[in-house]
Amino acid sequence: MSTENNTTTEVQPSAHRDNAREDALNDAQGLSKNEVTAPALGLKGMLRWAWTQLTSMRTALMLLLLLAIAAVPGSIFPQRVQDSFAVQTYIEDNPTLGPVLDFFQMFDVYSSVWFSAIYILLFISLIGCIIPRARKHYQQMISPPPRTPRRLQRLPEYGALELDSEGPDPATALTDAGAVLKKRRYRVDIRRNDDGTGSVGAEKGYLREIGNIVFHVSLVGVLIFVAAGAMFSYRGQKVMIEDEAFVNALVAYDNFYPGTWFQEENLEPFSIRLDSFERAFDRQLFDGEPNPNYGQALDFTADVTIQDGPDAEPEQTELKVNHPLSLGGGAQIYLVGNGYAPVITVRDGDGEVAFSGPVITRPDDPLYTSMAVIKAPDAAPEQLGFVGLFLPTAHDTGDGLAISIDPELGNPELHLNSYAGDLGLDEGVPQNVYVLDTEDLTELNSRDSEAGAITLGIGETHELPDGLGSVEFEEVQDYIAIDIHYNPGTTAILIFALTATAGLITSLFLRRRRAWVTVEQNEHGRTLVTYGLLARGEDFRLRDENIALRTQFEKTWPVRPPEENNES
Amino acid sequence: MNVVAPLSAHLPQINVQLAEYSELFMLISAFIYTLAFILFTVDTVRSSATIRRVEAELSAEQQQERSRQLVGAGTPGHDDDIASASPASASAADLVDDDLAYVGTSRPFANVAVALTAVAAAAHAFAVVSRGVAAARWPLANMFEFLTAAALVVSVVFLVVLIRRDLRFLGIFVIGLVVTMMAGATIGFPTPIGHVQPALQSPWIAIHVTLAVLAMAVFTLTFAMNVLQLVQARRERALNGAPKGGFERGLTKAQFMRLVPSAFSLESWAYRLNAVGFVFWTLGPLITGAIWANESWGRYWGWDPKEVWTFVIWVVYAGYLHARATRGWTGNRAAWLSIIGFICIIINYTVVNMWFPGLHSYAGLPE
Ligand code: HEM
Repeated sequence: MSTENNTTTEVQPSAHRDNAREDALNDAQGLSKNEVTAPALGLKGMLRWAWTQLTSMRTALMLLLLLAIAAVPGSIFPQRVQDSFAVQTYIEDNPTLGPVLDFFQMFDVYSSVWFSAIYILLFISLIGCIIPRARKHYQQMISPPPRTPRRLQRLPEYGALELDSEGPDPATALTDAGAVLKKRRYRVDIRRNDDGTGSVGAEKGYLREIGNIVFHVSLVGVLIFVAAGAMFSYRGQKVMIEDEAFVNALVAYDNFYPGTWFQEENLEPFSIRLDSFERAFDRQLFDGEPNPNYGQALDFTADVTIQDGPDAEPEQTELKVNHPLSLGGGAQIYLVGNGYAPVITVRDGDGEVAFSGPVITRPDDPLYTSMAVIKAPDAAPEQLGFVGLFLPTAHDTGDGLAISIDPELGNPELHLNSYAGDLGLDEGVPQNVYVLDTEDLTELNSRDSEAGAITLGIGETHELPDGLGSVEFEEVQDYIAIDIHYNPGTTAILIFALTATAGLITSLFLRRRRAWVTVEQNEHGRTLVTYGLLARGEDFRLRDENIALRTQFEKTWPVRPPEENNES
Repeated sequence: MNVVAPLSAHLPQINVQLAEYSELFMLISAFIYTLAFILFTVDTVRSSATIRRVEAELSAEQQQERSRQLVGAGTPGHDDDIASASPASASAADLVDDDLAYVGTSRPFANVAVALTAVAAAAHAFAVVSRGVAAARWPLANMFEFLTAAALVVSVVFLVVLIRRDLRFLGIFVIGLVVTMMAGATIGFPTPIGHVQPALQSPWIAIHVTLAVLAMAVFTLTFAMNVLQLVQARRERALNGAPKGGFERGLTKAQFMRLVPSAFSLESWAYRLNAVGFVFWTLGPLITGAIWANESWGRYWGWDPKEVWTFVIWVVYAGYLHARATRGWTGNRAAWLSIIGFICIIINYTVVNMWFPGLHSYAGLPE
């Protein structure tokens, strides 16, 4: 290290103290490596030290790696944001481990204290890093390129040319060198001495650093709008049977998940009505045989009538997968599921209708083998419940088991077990409508019972044993499941994601280069031009730049053939 | 079967004949890749012979040079000088170039392997494209198609780089990986050609998955380079000082490593490629993935296992880019981060796809 430059040591923002890329420059300019200093005494000193640590590159790197590790458990354990039912099941299945994991928020990883701590620290570090960086870069952009290093030959790329005696004098050569650099889009500063010699300082690629700053600032933007969007958002689900209408009001939702700052007035009063639903399946034959994907779903189309506000005209349109409808000033409606709803009537022991209507069944496989649960709490003398399967195209396998062999309604059948007893609906505990807890009920019909299981085709009625009532399968309707989402943050998130990408590309692929040329007169009275190049950040083409510069110089001036090659 | 009357879908029929050609060409290309892999292996095993040949050529050149000098100097009678010219030992610069330029080391086996790789890639490209044409859709909708397409991109990227840069030292690793991917696709995920479920019928699949495949291909190359970098760095250290232990002693004798560029050169090339891969990963899995998820499922990000790992991989490579700029973290430590990133990619496409359920499972109904 030289001593001559120590007086000019520039104060480096903390973020740069441990940046490997700064080393080359500091080396050429004779600066020391600016090791992180030990904490100064006192509270202020401690705080400053802590801040320096937090905003250092090393800390950023550690926090990034920590963030990556911390995200992993969320893919291993079920998450409440995704499927709270799966979490509940997991805890029930693992009575010892489950609660421990729950205590450590392993089922809410992405809103957990520890995950939040990491990313909040990371973003504080990011802001603490970016502000001084931006300030420093602004300074650099409004001030001339850095002063000329004493020893250009210590730069990574270096060259020297001795001009012919009849060549230009140093002052002209200096002007020419400036012009050459300007043509190569450098910003140029010519420093003349009184005797006509002097140097040129030049720099280009300021955009690279701007890109880097834009990238990091955009990340902050993304985070802010992710958070804000989630606050004001809402999300809900609704199952709609044919001819059913949905009006966007809280009571109409099956499930509703508001953001923290959601208010009921935010719900725009649009409505949507399911007119009909169509499924298309792969029916292609290969050589007369069903193709390997025969029966695969190819298309779902819901014909709906929408009304965007009470005063708007009703309008017929289609709702399809991947093609959400936009209604009510930003709410999006998605087609997320569909299935069959067999229409069933249950009569009780007194002959009264205890239940009548379509029953939502949940498809379990691509053949629409669907779970059906029917609850008739109004039945007398005993409440009645049914659990079983709906098969769109039932086929008897021969051993008494029926399966569905096609997703469309070729031979629709209901296969049910029936139960009598207290369904537990009166206790006020919310129950999953798709689940019937049969533990405390008396089994009436099942494959193992005396009376056998219930098998119903369309239009058929089955009498329950002991005169407890009957169940009738009338017809089949279609239903769809829609999700309604409102998130005011998405557009801003997308914009910041795109500016982040633009900044990233700029910062990764633009080159930031500094060049210096000094012009002197040697002992033979000839003009001697030396130049050096330095990249800030990664630059694999610095040598090419050297060659290009040299070629330009040789075109500009009559150069004496090199007696000794000075190139490093 | 006496099921319902066929419901004619709005999608075009599958072209069965073309689909069969696609399968045939897939097999042919896998076969040719295997041949190329064998030749790359032979080339690697014969490294010492290659080096000996280069040394022989060098010493022949030197002798010629010397005799010319002798003639020019006009001082005959010093024949014993020529005779005593010992065979030159090839320096690192004679064998490889740190800019990965071709330096004229002739490696016939590797050259034939490269030619075979080009032929295989052509057949492979036909197989992938014809599968897409036969089904009238972008051929990237299931694990089989994803893996075979990724293998194609890996070998095409490899070939394209080979035009200007001497990457023959990577051949055994890259083509080895390509063969593994092809075998994995055929054995692990055989999928008959077909249409796709409604959720996958979106133009975003073309952009999203294609960028993911491109990123994966680039990361595959850098993974091989970073692994070699670690080995080369160890060898360089062993050569400079006293080799410690049997492994380092073995490394100093490994002739193949002499045909591999320096650790420093490998590192900077891996970095250049990783930067490209990172941009692909940012745009593909991350951003277009979020856009499509928003279109299809109504949320841009839901921490589905696949999304978790996309994020993890992105953060690890961001960490890698940071490490490259942090004092004390360049070199081998950065290389480890790049390798960990690639391991995460492998986990993402194996463990996560098969064992962690999520919306991204490639079968079933949208629910
Ligand atoms: C949210 C977390 C962060 C992510 C995802 C991230 C990502 C990146 C990426 C991808 C790059 C390489 C592209 C480029 O050169 O512009 C980069 C560079 C950089 N980041 Fe970050 N960063 C994060 C946080 C931080 C923090 C906290 C700091 C400050 C301590 C920081 C300082 C830097 C610096 C100085 C560079 C330029 C390195 C160079 O000289 O090439 N970053 N960052």
